[in-house]
Amino acid sequence: MSEVEEMLKRIQGHKGVIGIIVVNSEGIPIRTTLDNSTTVQYAGLIHNLSNKARSVVRDIDPQNDLTFLRIRSKKHEIMVAPDKEYILICIQNPSDN
Amino acid sequence: MPVAAKPALKKPADTMSSQGIASKKASKGAKGKTPRGKDMDDMSEMGEVGDEWMQQKTMVKPDDQLELTEQEMKEEFTRILTANNPHAPQNIVRFSFKEKVFKQVASVDQLAIHFSLDGNMLHKDSDEARRQMARGGLAEAPSEPAVAEGEEKAEAAGEGGEGEAKPEGEGGEAEKEEGATQTAPAAKGGDKKLTNQFNFSERASQTFNNPYRERGTQTEPPPRVNFSSTANQWEIYDAYVEDIQRQEKSKEKKGFRGQQESTNRKKISAIESQGDDITRIEKPAKILERMVNQNTYDDIAQDFKYWEDVSDEYREQEGTLLPLWKFSYEKSKRLAVTSICWDPKYRDLLAVGHGSYDFLKQTRGLICLYSLKNPSFPEFIYNTETGVMCLDIHPAYPHLVAVGFYDGSVGVFSLTEKIQEPMYKCTAKGGKHTDPVWEVKWQKDDLDNNMNFFSIGGDGRVVSWTLVKNELLCTDVILLKLDESPADGAEGTQLFTLGCGTAFDFHKQTDYLFLVGTEEGKIHKCSKAYSSQFLDTFDAHHMAVHSVRWNTFHPKIFLSCSADWTVKIWEHTSNMPLFTFDLGSSVGDVAWAPYSSTVFAAVTSDGKVHVFDLNVNKYEALCEQVVVTKKKTKLTHIEFNPNYPMIIVGDDRGYVTSLKLSPNLRKMPKEKKGVEAAKGPEVEIAKMDKLLSLVREPPAEKK
Repeated sequence: MSEVEEMLKRIQGHKGVIGIIVVNSEGIPIRTTLDNSTTVQYAGLIHNLSNKARSVVRDIDPQNDLTFLRIRSKKHEIMVAPDKEYILICIQNPSDN
Repeated sequence: MPVAAKPALKKPADTMSSQGIASKKASKGAKGKTPRGKDMDDMSEMGEVGDEWMQQKTMVKPDDQLELTEQEMKEEFTRILTANNPHAPQNIVRFSFKEKVFKQVASVDQLAIHFSLDGNMLHKDSDEARRQMARGGLAEAPSEPAVAEGEEKAEAAGEGGEGEAKPEGEGGEAEKEEGATQTAPAAKGGDKKLTNQFNFSERASQTFNNPYRERGTQTEPPPRVNFSSTANQWEIYDAYVEDIQRQEKSKEKKGFRGQQESTNRKKISAIESQGDDITRIEKPAKILERMVNQNTYDDIAQDFKYWEDVSDEYREQEGTLLPLWKFSYEKSKRLAVTSICWDPKYRDLLAVGHGSYDFLKQTRGLICLYSLKNPSFPEFIYNTETGVMCLDIHPAYPHLVAVGFYDGSVGVFSLTEKIQEPMYKCTAKGGKHTDPVWEVKWQKDDLDNNMNFFSIGGDGRVVSWTLVKNELLCTDVILLKLDESPADGAEGTQLFTLGCGTAFDFHKQTDYLFLVGTEEGKIHKCSKAYSSQFLDTFDAHHMAVHSVRWNTFHPKIFLSCSADWTVKIWEHTSNMPLFTFDLGSSVGDVAWAPYSSTVFAAVTSDGKVHVFDLNVNKYEALCEQVVVTKKKTKLTHIEFNPNYPMIIVGDDRGYVTSLKLSPNLRKMPKEKKGVEAAKGPEVEIAKMDKLLSLVREPPAEKK
């Protein structure tokens, strides 16, 4: 098992972590721990949001870049780690601790 | 041939236009003839005369004519006429109403007209001609062509004999209107005109006009794709950066080697891209893991940053330790923490060495590097075959970790290399220790700018290791010879002549000065310059010295701890300890605080952390706290964080616990007095000196 897979497994094992989704640059989920419909919904929506957020950061300063995006909601925290090719999405319930 | 009444070409100078065609012919006038007709008449009638005349002809050369040799004359120059008009436009576009688009016209007319003239002749069958004929009184128009035809045939035969290349058809067209009766007078008229000596002749021929053809084809339109995009500032920026990189690459490519390398790189990158996709998200996955940890350990992080023990305000000489994160790794759980070390550059990174202090239970070793940002899992893990006994991170190159092993060897790990093996490792013949290496310490780069570190082993040697290319070169710095005096009771029946080093520490300011603690309980003050003898020897402890530490600020003070339950503070010029503290259990490690000259902490094997501030209490610890969860767990090592009010302690079950120091444990004396806060090493040294002046007298009195 590769190091990254181990890492993903560890993240999934953390308290309160509901799921992890890996989305490619076209917004298609390539790896998930959630059910199909939820995954597709999250992937599509977060992909757009992350692109928009990145565009905001880079429009202000082209040398800058978005590295992380966290969305705190009443129920969860959605954490988004965008990369050149992939977007990592993690949904955690921080109050579950 | 009734149609051929009108000659195709006509000299514009001819003025017979006003006359009727019929009348022109009838009047036999030279004017009525076409130039071509005249020519042919000349040829046919003056055949013999022409020959004579030609012979008489002399070549007239212009004065400046080029003299060419025969070879040059024979040289051929090929000129090709093309049917393409160079001035014809290539890109005519017309609007096609059918398709509602502009379309390029494929075929362009290549015809170029250089000269055109509208004739003023009339067809003799036309109404106007008839009218003119009627006016001129010429009636017998239809009869004439018949006559002309007959004569023309005869004429054509004659011409053939003369070698005139004259197509029959043309002759038929052009000359049939001229009767034989007209030829003689025409020739006479021609004679008159031919006055120049160059035998002026004018010829013309009518060729077939190729019928115009138009051809059009409808091709399928090329595939079209609608494309639209908005370019914003950063896309433009990215494009420029990419372009700059490409330019730089093309510069690099100059030279064959460069090309090879780049192709190699391409191959490598191709292989990489073919690999498992998921491996490329390592970096975001790492960020994500830290963020998840941040959420999970949010309360601890808040405590670390903001929590201060409020109860400290109500008690003067006591402090507490707040447990923060606990670092562990499942593989390290049965391995004792044998050394801990903060990274000097990355203030949140700590290195932990795992091994075993039990002589009978030696197994493998482990090096883990944890970050405070991810307490649940090590950032780096290195498995070793034998137990790790000590490690040290290079102060200037924080990716280099020097490690000493139980089997006496030392090695250097590089955190940037993604390999499990050490970058440098000493071999059996490379002068390794024959007993466990108890402590390693990086030194300043030597004169040749080679990195080097010192190690002390149980075999009684202090060795300097130099990193040269791929090798570790060793030099013995000092041998820990035992006193010759047999009165050394701590030694008993040991046969070794060498002592057994367990700890050392280098002076903060004086490079060459260092202290060595031994298993016999002695502390030697040594210099790098003298390898044969000690500068001084302290009979410090009754059992093995576990640690010696120079004070962070004061250059004369050092601290030692031992298995004999005591911690002692020394002035290196005096043989008597300034302070002695009995902690009631074997003391594993001591450490000076980086923020104060009078604060130090010690860990004991009964699981307690003792924090002292001599400035506050010279006799007792401000804090004596059990920090292990299970009984019988022994604490082995302690280290202050250089920046944060935090200590880490390691135990023999493989756990590393971080603890926050309460405000009383890091109190600055000036603040207490209410005077403006003065900081800096001088203040700290003065503080210690003041303390020393108090302590120095009592021993003198005792003496």
